[in-house]
Amino acid sequence: MSGVFLARLGKLWLACILFFLYAPIAVMAFMSFNASQYYQLPFDFSLKWYEKLAGNQEIVDAATRSVMIALATTVIATILGTAASVALFRYEFRGKRFLQVMLFPPIAIPWLITGTAMLIFFFGVGLGRGTPSVIIGHVALALPYVIVVVSARLATFDATLEEAARSLGADSWTVTREVTLPWISSGVIAGALFAFAVSFDQFVVSYFLSEPGDSTLPVLIYTSIRKGFTPEINAISTIIIVVSMAVMLFAARFSNFGGER
Amino acid sequence: MAEVSVNNVTKTFGSLKALDDVTMDFPDGGFFALLGPSGSGKTTLLRAIAGFIFADSGTIRIGDQPVENVPVEKRDIGMMFQNYALFPNMTVSDNVGFGLRVRKVGAAEERRRIGEALDLVQLGQHGDRKPHQLSGGQRQRVALARAIVTNPRVLLLDEPLSALDKALRVDMQFELKRIQREIGITTIFVTHDQEEALTLSDKIGILRDGKMIQAGPPRDVYSNPADLFTATFLGEANILDALAGEGADIKIPHGFPTGGTLAVRPENISISQTEPTANGLSKCQAVLERRVFAGAMATCILQSNGNRIKVISRDQDIPSDVAEGDRLWLTWPVEKTLSVPSGRH
Ligand SMILES: Nc1ncnc2c1ncn2[C@@H]1O[C@H](COP(=O)(O)OP(=O)(O)OP(=O)(O)O)[C@@H](O)[C@H]1O
Ligand SMILES: [Mg+2]
Repeated sequence: MSGVFLARLGKLWLACILFFLYAPIAVMAFMSFNASQYYQLPFDFSLKWYEKLAGNQEIVDAATRSVMIALATTVIATILGTAASVALFRYEFRGKRFLQVMLFPPIAIPWLITGTAMLIFFFGVGLGRGTPSVIIGHVALALPYVIVVVSARLATFDATLEEAARSLGADSWTVTREVTLPWISSGVIAGALFAFAVSFDQFVVSYFLSEPGDSTLPVLIYTSIRKGFTPEINAISTIIIVVSMAVMLFAARFSNFGGER
Repeated sequence: MAEVSVNNVTKTFGSLKALDDVTMDFPDGGFFALLGPSGSGKTTLLRAIAGFIFADSGTIRIGDQPVENVPVEKRDIGMMFQNYALFPNMTVSDNVGFGLRVRKVGAAEERRRIGEALDLVQLGQHGDRKPHQLSGGQRQRVALARAIVTNPRVLLLDEPLSALDKALRVDMQFELKRIQREIGITTIFVTHDQEEALTLSDKIGILRDGKMIQAGPPRDVYSNPADLFTATFLGEANILDALAGEGADIKIPHGFPTGGTLAVRPENISISQTEPTANGLSKCQAVLERRVFAGAMATCILQSNGNRIKVISRDQDIPSDVAEGDRLWLTWPVEKTLSVPSGRH
């Protein structure tokens, strides 16, 4: 087979992947602007589903709650994750390798199982369901992502810079603030965006841990679909997709996915 | 400014003794070199003085103060790293001013002292640049300015010149020495380069396998090496023990300990075609194997009784008609003979 043929095949393959990934999303976004409730064509442009959405207090509440939880998760997970990454980078201690390795399984364990385990755990310690449990659960899910992203950035950091700063009289907090953080800031921002996305898009763990009246947006969407599908769902989903993709694109930009800018 | 003293310091990494009962004094205001082969513990000693490494036993004093319990940031040192370790996100001025900001000296004072330090290293015009916009030699100067701007008690340098090319390195050596004289700071300098150590320092310490083999003024150490290792490490030395042979007359200076190894440095040997008659010279015969011309100087490799002998002299001092394979006479003044205590290597 010639190289040209292979290259063509590769491009076709890429096109297929992109098509199957984005076509359903595109259809959904497209239909959210269609006036017909039953997906009837011809297409009749309308913003009525978005208007209805704004009037639906339940959805607005759930969206607000989702954003708040995501912000709380982002702040907590980013601070904890960055601190953990710096500590793992800076100090040698017993069990360090083990700790680093143990960061990865939570990314691979199915959320269904993590969610069940968390539910049992939170009832066991008397915390039960509710927003605090949801936030703790989200932080636990987001933490490995933050640590992985920030650590990747730290791997490019020259440790003698910290030594130089200390030799000049800086205590460890000053070293962190003036020397280490400026270098890893792009990684920290990327980690924060990942944390936000993990929380904002989280369904399973939220579903298990939130109280029935206090659901997050993905949970509300799921329960609404079970009651009956309306194009409002298309509209809110489109909004979520736009927000999530924007966040992810920023994260990718800051963490240098796909090589140096 | 202060004197530094290291007393019986031992540091082990696992089963490896990186420092083994090391003792050396660094009097106030002097320039000192730590010299030794790779892995001999030079960096470890320097980092122990800086406070990045804590000794298992022994004491280190800076000024009159034992520093065991003083963290790096409180030791009031200036340190220059091999890769310069300039903060990439800061301008040259901000790099130099870092230690002053940490000490909260005030904006006006800070600006004044940054200016002075940059002038001292002749970089007054480059304050607004970022480190990546500087040449290697300029970065070097910034690192030096940053290390001395806080008036530290002691300046520690770990192979600061090794990343520079030969010409720049020689320039920087003189620059470093000039600045050190000007501010009179106690300076401890790690290097691989014997010549650098001999040129710059008031005192050198030779380390091997974590042990301080010998410490003293460069001239003393060079002419009275404590053992064969030091003799061959600091420049080259021809071992004389096996040089007997036809016409050989190797005199032993008065008062030499018996049982030591005799040696002579390549630059102390002269070459002649006829048997020399002067008194007070040791002599032997050798066959010229190779003659290497290097500008003003020439290096000759000779064989005598199966031993290689190296001679370095001015090219014009070697008779021009000697050819490889010729049998020649080597002579050297008796007092240039080194006696090296053996048994320690
Ligand atoms: N953190 C460490 N852990 C384990 N061993 C170490 C550590 N630091 C140094 N060593 C060992 O201690 C010995 C002395 O090392 P050191 O870095 O002081 O040598 P050096 O004289 O500076 O060598 P070089 O000229 O190559 O820089 C070496 O054998 C080295 O492998
Ligand atoms: Mg070293």
